[in-house]
Parts: sequence; structure tokens; C-alpha cells
Amino acid sequence: MTAQATNAAEGARTYHLAEGEDHDHAGGNGATLLGFWIYLMSDALIFAALFATFGVLNSSYAGGPVPRELFELPLVALNTALLLTSSITFGFGMLEMEAGRVSGTRSWLLVTALFGAAFLGVEIYEFSSLIAEGATPQRSAFLSAFFTLVGTHGMHVFFGLIWIGTLLVQIGQRGLGLENKRRLMCLSMFWHFLDIIWIGVFTFVYLFGVLR
Amino acid sequence: MPEHSFLKTVFGRLTFESFPIHEPILLTTFIVVVVLGLGIVAALTYFRLWGYLWKEWFTSVDHKRIGIMYVILGIVMLLRGFADALMMRAQQAVAFGPNEGYLPSHHYDQIFTAHGTIMIFFVAIPLVAGLINFVMPLQIGARDVAFPFLNNLSFWLTVSGAGLVMMSLFVGEFARTGWLSYAPLAGLEYSPDTGVDYYLWSLQIAGIGTTLSAINLVATIIKMRAPGMTMMKMPVFCWTALCSQVLAIAIFPVLTAAFFLLILDRYLGTHFFTNDMGGSPMMYWNMVWIWGHPEVYVLVLPAFGIYSEITSTFTGKRLFGYSSMVYATVVITILSYIVWLHHFFTMGAGASVNSFFGIATMVISIPTGAKIFNWLFTMYRGRIIYELPMMWVVAFMLTFVVGGMTGVLLAVPPADFVLHNSLFLVAHFHNVIIGGVVFALLAGITYWFPKAFGFKLDPFWGGVSFWGWVVGYWVAWTPIYVVGLMGVTRRLSHIDDATLQPYFVVAAVGALIILVGILGTVMSIVMGIVRRKQLRDVTGDPWNGRTLEWSTSSPPPAYNFAFTPVVHDLDAWYDMKSRGYQRPMEGYRPIHMPRNTGSGLYLSALALVFGFAMIWYMWWLAALASLGLLTVAIGHTFNYNRDYFIPADNVARTEAQRARPTVAGD
Amino acid sequence: MSNVTPGPPPCMGNAMREQTTAAARRLARAGMIPLLLTLTGCDMVVMNPTGDIAVQQRDLILIATGLMLLIIVPVMVLTVLFAWRYRAGNPKANYDPKFDHSTTLELVIWSCPLLIIICLGAITWSSTHLLDPFRPLDRITAGRPVPQGTRPLEIQVVAMDWKWLFIYPEQGIATVNELALPVDVPVRFSITSSTQMNTFYAPTLAGMIYAMPGMRSELNAVLNAPGESWGYSGNYTGAGYSYMRFKLIGVDSAGFDGWVQQAKAAGGTLAQGEYLALDRPSERVPVMRFASVVEGLFDRALNQCVESGKPCAADVMARDRQRGGGEPHGHLGSGMPAGRAGSPSSGSSRTEPALLRDPEDKGTGPNVTAPPHPTGPGHRTPY
Repeated sequence: MTAQATNAAEGARTYHLAEGEDHDHAGGNGATLLGFWIYLMSDALIFAALFATFGVLNSSYAGGPVPRELFELPLVALNTALLLTSSITFGFGMLEMEAGRVSGTRSWLLVTALFGAAFLGVEIYEFSSLIAEGATPQRSAFLSAFFTLVGTHGMHVFFGLIWIGTLLVQIGQRGLGLENKRRLMCLSMFWHFLDIIWIGVFTFVYLFGVLR
Repeated sequence: MPEHSFLKTVFGRLTFESFPIHEPILLTTFIVVVVLGLGIVAALTYFRLWGYLWKEWFTSVDHKRIGIMYVILGIVMLLRGFADALMMRAQQAVAFGPNEGYLPSHHYDQIFTAHGTIMIFFVAIPLVAGLINFVMPLQIGARDVAFPFLNNLSFWLTVSGAGLVMMSLFVGEFARTGWLSYAPLAGLEYSPDTGVDYYLWSLQIAGIGTTLSAINLVATIIKMRAPGMTMMKMPVFCWTALCSQVLAIAIFPVLTAAFFLLILDRYLGTHFFTNDMGGSPMMYWNMVWIWGHPEVYVLVLPAFGIYSEITSTFTGKRLFGYSSMVYATVVITILSYIVWLHHFFTMGAGASVNSFFGIATMVISIPTGAKIFNWLFTMYRGRIIYELPMMWVVAFMLTFVVGGMTGVLLAVPPADFVLHNSLFLVAHFHNVIIGGVVFALLAGITYWFPKAFGFKLDPFWGGVSFWGWVVGYWVAWTPIYVVGLMGVTRRLSHIDDATLQPYFVVAAVGALIILVGILGTVMSIVMGIVRRKQLRDVTGDPWNGRTLEWSTSSPPPAYNFAFTPVVHDLDAWYDMKSRGYQRPMEGYRPIHMPRNTGSGLYLSALALVFGFAMIWYMWWLAALASLGLLTVAIGHTFNYNRDYFIPADNVARTEAQRARPTVAGD
Repeated sequence: MSNVTPGPPPCMGNAMREQTTAAARRLARAGMIPLLLTLTGCDMVVMNPTGDIAVQQRDLILIATGLMLLIIVPVMVLTVLFAWRYRAGNPKANYDPKFDHSTTLELVIWSCPLLIIICLGAITWSSTHLLDPFRPLDRITAGRPVPQGTRPLEIQVVAMDWKWLFIYPEQGIATVNELALPVDVPVRFSITSSTQMNTFYAPTLAGMIYAMPGMRSELNAVLNAPGESWGYSGNYTGAGYSYMRFKLIGVDSAGFDGWVQQAKAAGGTLAQGEYLALDRPSERVPVMRFASVVEGLFDRALNQCVESGKPCAADVMARDRQRGGGEPHGHLGSGMPAGRAGSPSSGSSRTEPALLRDPEDKGTGPNVTAPPHPTGPGHRTPY
């Protein structure tokens, strides 16, 4: 084989790293960020399935209420603003982290959490009003799909808040070490991901629903 | 009646009637399981093995141990799934005309549902995951997977799912809806009892494990290959593992979503898959098959990888057409995602839609055919040594092509109209899964067993396993193909036409021959352990292997490789051997390793409790378990002490031991 | 109403039917001996049908199998040959460990399957369109086109748990578990289901098609020979599934008229009450005949509104579409427009979801297989 011949010409090969570098040091090679990114993609597929479900069922009102009777755009706009702002504040937090400032990072994280909590609060208010009006998830397939899609996003935000809370404590305890920075990076991806999903929800569920 | 309702609140819908003590078959099984279980517990206690098992195995984050545990889980569940198969074959062999058989449909329907569910989710997936886990990091020259803790968690989540299915034998009932639990039959209105809930929660828990495991393995392959190992120098098994796990990540979320929506239908009364209120049962079929069809490839791609490794080793040749093999794998991965509709051509999608999906399905046979030819030409001008793994390869090639042919036949929509939902279809997928996946898994276990334990499997019983499976397969499934052409539909617990009985009797005999094969598999392990001194391999390379896993000792040390290997060639170890590579015996450095943890086990146990509570409507327990899950998960993140260094002295000692192998040792 | 005694399906046509196309016959001779051996049995309904559509589907199976055998047989032969010839113990075999690539071979390896799939793909495309169950027939058998102006016989099929209801709207009769077809007359089935996903499968007549709740599927077919055979449900639907079958009777046109008269003579009307009683799950239902059927019963079954008070799915959907966006919402909490709120508008007896359910509700319903005790396996009172 020609490959063999050229190799022979190269002379002796090394077959191991003599200095014993542990190249597979977990996290040291960005595996965590890659892994988390892949996880987000799998989560995106769950949302894709839920969006598709909503797409199939979004005119199956079964005689029940239709989007224009349900959605109140100003409220949704407020909610969108809250979540988008929280993404920006998270960005500020990450800048502080890069600069190595613990208290700055924590403050911005706190602000982000407050915006996130406000978002959830508005969403819970919206849901409870709808249910009080009789527009429950059991009323029609359209409402089932609506509550499930928006609610699943809401659950993600809820877990994001728990995560922020946990990291606030951990950064307080241990500062901005390698692990905590890595966790912040993952959380940051997660939070922005939720933003992107929300833009989809806002557009396809609320705007298209009302405009139709 | 405050006391009465208190009990209901505590136990949900669980009552004494939920325990099937009136079913003689189940009662006997239960007693046998309890006696066996107590025996094992007693033995472990007597030999003081609990601490060892806990420290070295259950909490282990070592990919090799997790891989072995996956394989053990798969083999145990294979016995359960096969017991179901035997019962079905026995019922169908007798239930003709006036004879109702020994199983009422109430029981029979649970058995075929459990058989399919268990064989795919708790036999095939764990065995594939186990082999990838054990072999892949060794083949790419890594010390562990990218996320060792996640690996442990994935495994135990799979065990939790399997545990729930097993519980359904003795507490309540399993689903009677078929292995994919189609809506609307699986909806609350038509299946209100615990069966479908067992199905949904066990698969949901195990499915999360499978997804996490896939993420882990993909990240490992992408990020942790040894220096010099470019993608096109990666062993074929790693390539197939990569493609299969990427595919798993692409499909399992859809299944999770489908099950999630069905759970909402059942628990909250939503209308995703109901007949009324705008629901669409057909959507459920689409979603499960978007998962279901690629899932076949998630299983069969690593199987192809195993055949490739074995063929190359035992022919003493490089794999023929490596790059075309890789491209074929990638093409199959992509195509398998766009063919799901062929599972319901007969739902009346338009002719153009059906043709598209039919032709897309057929196109998959092109790369698959290329693969077969590649193995064929690897054998060509080889020097084939017929050890057991290689015999499996030949049996596979002769069996699988028939399954591939019937598969393409089913992909022709008008032909599918007469063959769909018939036993021909059932024979086809058993042909592909047994002839393709199971043969590969058994071959792979035989091939890598000496790597895992340092001795080979018993060859006589291995032969029994081989001939039992191969002959049994053909005897069992040929008549099923034939009755399928007679228009016999699937899942029948009783058949009126008594002239068909001989076919089913032959099939039952075939199942008994497969039973001999399975016993052979188990015995080859048992007798291998008994005769381990005669079967010992001290070289670490018993088959004259070609890839990196054979370059280290058998069993490999915890750190796999004292020095990270550097790769120059596709057949890296063969390249090293042929250039007279000498293992360095000094200059060891401390090795950075992940620390064992029990968190994965705790989380999975809590998931099991949560699933059980949801199935039986014990809402307080479900709430408590989810709180526990959250607490343990968060608590785990507060543990920053996750790794340690193996001191250089220890490495030196381990490596020196390997240099002076003691044959007499145990 | 006599109970149908279960028995072996009668032998359909004793020799291989002559409709086999020449191509299929050639392929058959070309080397499908093992397959052929199994095909000659008179029970191979799929391989030996009496309906033109099923015959064409059978031919397609033979052609496709033949095409694939062109590559499968050489592969199997080569496998055995190479496996034997290149065994380690054979001193005569040529060992070349470096033979791992050959562009010519690779080209052959990829193009052989490709060529076959191109042929098969072309066949698939045309046959899928020609044999589309929704497509009206254009021939009765090979070489016998459907005469101009022939209107197909309309038959409406409702799959129930676990029996088949056939409505002959033109004749005004209905039957359960018995389907009579005049020979050589095109038939158009409109198929739906009352609860489950079923497949309507009469292997002698044509391939199967799903019967789905709330949806109408269609099958155009023709039976070419008199005789009796069986039709089945192909998709598992629960407890009584194994016994869900119907007798398919092919008769000449005089026989068909006689059969219709027989049904008329049986008396009885299939109206709302009878339909709902029939729709309740039951197993092993004997053949039943109804002399008349109320108007529009199939449409109501299709739209799941046979029960009084249940709005028809089609009407609800039409209204939903008409309303389009509806009135803009005032502000949250202002209440729903009249008629939109409140309890679901359909489904008089909704199943309570788990979370709203009484804990002692063990969860059993009419479709759940009852535990087998005490009257023996799979016991369920026949209708």
C-alpha cells in the first residue's frame, strides 16, 4: 500500500503522548458546552413536536372559543418584553462574569430572575383567567395544544429560575471558579434558548392566532 | 367514612385486588421470582458482596462497568421477553377452532404488548448501549466518556423503566394496546386501567435515560478521540455508534413529546389524541413512527459496526471500502428520518405521498446493499478464521438479506396494502431484528467478552447458542411468512381456520429451538466463568485484533490506557503491532479520573417511585418523589469533589502486573 | 338470524389464477421455486385472490420479489462461496490482506442496487397511482374495461367494536358481518369506524385500508368469481379483535338480488336505537340483516353524531371555520361570548381524567377486556 510506504519513509512514529497529557479531562475540552448544546437541540425537538401539534390542532376549536376571543395582545407583549429584557440582563451578567466580578454577576443574575419570575407571574395570571372563563385545556384540542405548548415553555422558565437560584448560592459560596463559569455558560445558553422558543410562541400562537 | 377515604388517599387505586393472586401463572412466576430474589440477596449478604457491589459497580462511573451492567440488564430482560414469546407461540399453536387456548385475550394481549415493549426498549436498547459504552471509549483511546456521572444516571433510569414493567407483572396489569400503544385505544376512554400508565411512565423514564446516554456518547466521540484519530481514521463501530446516537437524539424527544401528550390526555383530560373535541389520533401514529422507524436504525447501525469489526478481524484484512461504509452509514441515518409514513400507507394518504415514502424507503436498501457487498469483499481474499463471532457474521448475511428483501417488498405501497398488519409483516421485522440486531449483539458479546473479563466464553455452549438461534430463527419464522401470505393478521389470540395449525406448531417448535439457543448463551457465560482458567487470555489481544481496545490489558485497568495513544492509521493497533511497538514501562504520570457517586442511583430510585405513584394515583407520593428528585439533583450540583488522581505509583504497579501475568491467578 | 359457525375459509379457486401476467409468470419460472412451492397451496389467499385489485397486487409482489432476487440470490451464493473458499484452512485460496479498495468494485457495489431500485421505484410510482384505493376502477379484469356509464355499487362500512356493519344505501338494507358482492360489478366502499382504528381487510378482494373514527376512507374494488371467503380487521382493537371478521360472499347478479330480497324479508329497521345498541362492544356477533336503514345513518356515524344531542363533527368544523377569528377579546376576565364557555358541547358521557377521578375508580370500561373469570376465556356475551 502506498500509505505504508510513505509511512516507512517518515521513520519511527510515536504511539503515545509521552508527557501523559490527559487530553480527555472532562470539561477541559469544551465537551460540557457541546453536550449541553446537544441537549438543547433535543429539547428544541420536543418543542418542535409541540409546535407541530399546535399547528395540526390550531383550528380544532370543537365549537369552543377561538384565539381572537381569548388572547389579549397587550398582555402578551408585556410578557415578551419581560422575557427579552431578562435575556439582556443575563448578557450583562455574563459580561461581569468574564470580568471576574462576583457581586456584579450575582446582581445581574438576580435581576434576570426577577424578570423571569414576573414573566411567569403574568403567564399564570393569563392561564388562570382563561380557565376561569371556561377556556380550559379540556375544552378543545386547540386549547389543549395551546396550554401544553405555552405551559411547557413556562415550566422551562420555572426550572431556569430554580437553576439561577442554585447558581446564586454556589457563586456566593465558591466564586467564579472553572466549574461555576461553565455552569453559567450552560445556563446562559438555556436562558437564551427559552427566549428563542418564546419568539416562536409569540409569533405562531399569539400573533397568527389573532390575525387569522 | 373518614378512614376509608384516608386509605384511598394514601394508596390511590391500589387495593388488594390489584395483586393477581387468583392467576395461577402469575402467582407461580411471582413465587419463583421471590424465591430466586431472596436467594440472590441471601447469597450476596452471606458472601458480604453488598459493599463491593455498591462501591465498585452500582455507583461506578467507569464506562466499562456501566457497559457491562447494561448488558446484564439486557440479558435478564431478554429472558423475560422471550418467556412472553414462548407463551404467545404456545397459545397460537393450540388456539384453533373450538379450542380457545390456555390464555384468555385479557392475558394474551398483555403478553404481546409486553413482549414488544421489553424486547425493543429493555433488551435491544440496553444491549446496544452497553456495547457502545464498553467498546467505543476504548476504541477511540479515551479514559472514560465525556460525562461519567450522566452515564451512570442513564443506566439507572433505564433500570427504573425496566423495573416498572416488571412490577406490572405482579401489581396491577400491563397495557393491552400493542407495543406502540396506538391512540385512541390507549386513551383513557378505552384503556382506563393501569396498563397504559405502566407503559407510558416506564418508557418515559427509560427514554430520558436513553436520550441522555446518546448525548453523552456523541459528545464523547466528537471531543475525546485520541490524538491523530481524525474522523476518517475512526473505527467503523464508532462511526455507526455516532450515527446511531445522533439519530437517537433526533428521535427520542419526539417520542417523549408523544407520550407526554398521551399522559396529558389520560391525566388531565386534554384532547390531543381523542376521537372527539378536535383531537387527532392519527397524529399520535405519526409521532410514534417518526420515532419508531429511525429507532430500527438506532439499533441496526451499531450492529453493522459490530459485523464490520468482526469481519475485518477474522478475515485478517482491512475492511473493504471503509469510506463507502462510512458514507453508507451516514446516508442511512439521514434517510431513515424521512420514511416513517410507510408504517401506515393504508391510512389513505394520496398516491403521490405514498409513492414518495415508498421510494424513500427503498432507497435505504442501496447503502445497505453496499454494506453487504463490502463485507463480502472483505471476506474475499481473506483468511477467514471461523471463531464464533465470524460464524454469526455469515449467518447474519444469509438471514438479513431475506429480511431486507421482504422489507423492500413492504415498501411498495400496493404490495403493502395486502401485507400490512399481517403476519408477513411480523415475520419481516423479526427477520431484520433477530437476523440483524440480535445476531450482532450475540456476536459482539462473544467478541468483546474476553476484553471485559480476561477469558473467552465457553466455545461449546457458544456453538449451542449459535445453532439454536440460527436454526430456531428459520424454523420459527418461515411458517409465519407463509401464513402471512395466507392473509392471517397479527395479534390474534385465536384463529378459526384449523387448517393453519401445522404452521403455528412448526413456529412453536422453532421458538423452542431458539430457547435452546438462549440457554446456550446463558450457559456459555456460566461455563466460561467455571472454566475461566482454561479459557484465560493474558495477552489482551486474543483474536489478533486491529483496533485500540485490544492494545490494553484484559480486563482494562480503570484508566484504560496508561498513556494516551496516538493514532496513525485506521487499524491503529494493527499498525502498532506491525511496527513492533513496545509498551513504555516507565515515566507514568498521575491519571485524572472521575469519582464514583450514588446520585444517579438515588435519582433513578426516586423516578421509579414517582412513576409508580402516578400509575396508582397516589398523588401525595408523586409530589414527594418529585420534590425528592429536585432536591437530590440540586444537592448533587453542590458536590464539587468529583474527581481524583490515580497516583503514578499505582499506575506503575498495575502496568507491571500486566507485564507478568499469572496464569494460576484467579 | 343464525349464528355463523366458525370454520375453515373455503378454498378460493383451485389452480393458480390465469390472470397472472406474462411477466410475472416468466419471473416465476426464473427461479422462485421455493416461493412457488408455498404459493400453490389453495389457502394462499393473498397469492391466489379472486378480486382484480388483489390480483394486480399479487402480481406486483411477484414482480418486485423477482427483481430483488436478481441481486439477493447472487449475494447469498457469493456469501457461501467466499465463506467457504477463503476459510483459513484452505491452502489454495489467495490471501491478500491489503485488498481493501477497488474503485471499479465500489462502482458496481453501489450501482447494482441503485439500478434495481430505479426499476422498482418506477414500478412503485405507477402502481401506487394505478392501485390507489380512492381511484375509480377502469377495468373489471385484465382486458375487460368497465363499460361506459357504469355506476359502482355503493357500500358503506362501519367498523365497530368488534363487528362490521355494511349499509347498502341503494338497496336500502344493512347487514352485520356479512358482505355480499355481485361478481364483476365495480364496488365503491365508504369506510369509517365508530371508535377504534381498524383495517378493512378482505384478502380475496383487495388490499386493506384503515377504518378510522371521524374519517372516511374509500376502497374501489371488484370481485371476479363467486364463492365464499372471509374478511378481517387487521388492526388490533382490544378484547374482541380476534373474532372481528365477516363473511364475504361473491354471487352472480341474480344471486345478489335474491340475497337482497332475503335481507328485506328478514324485517327490522336499522335506526338510531338499533345502531347505538349495536355499537356497544360485543364479541362473536352472528350475521344480522336489516330490511331498511334510516337515511343518512352512515354520515351520522362518520360525524360521530348518531346519539341525539351530539353535534356532528362536520357541522362543528364548518361553524369553527366560519367564525374564523371570532370577536376580539375585551380584556381577560371579561367572560366568554355566549355559547362558547361552559361544558364541552359533545360527548354526553365523558371519561374523567385521572386527576379528577375518584380514587376507587378501578378504571374499567366496555372496551377493556374483562378479567376472564368466571365463565372461561375471553368471555363476553354475544350481542
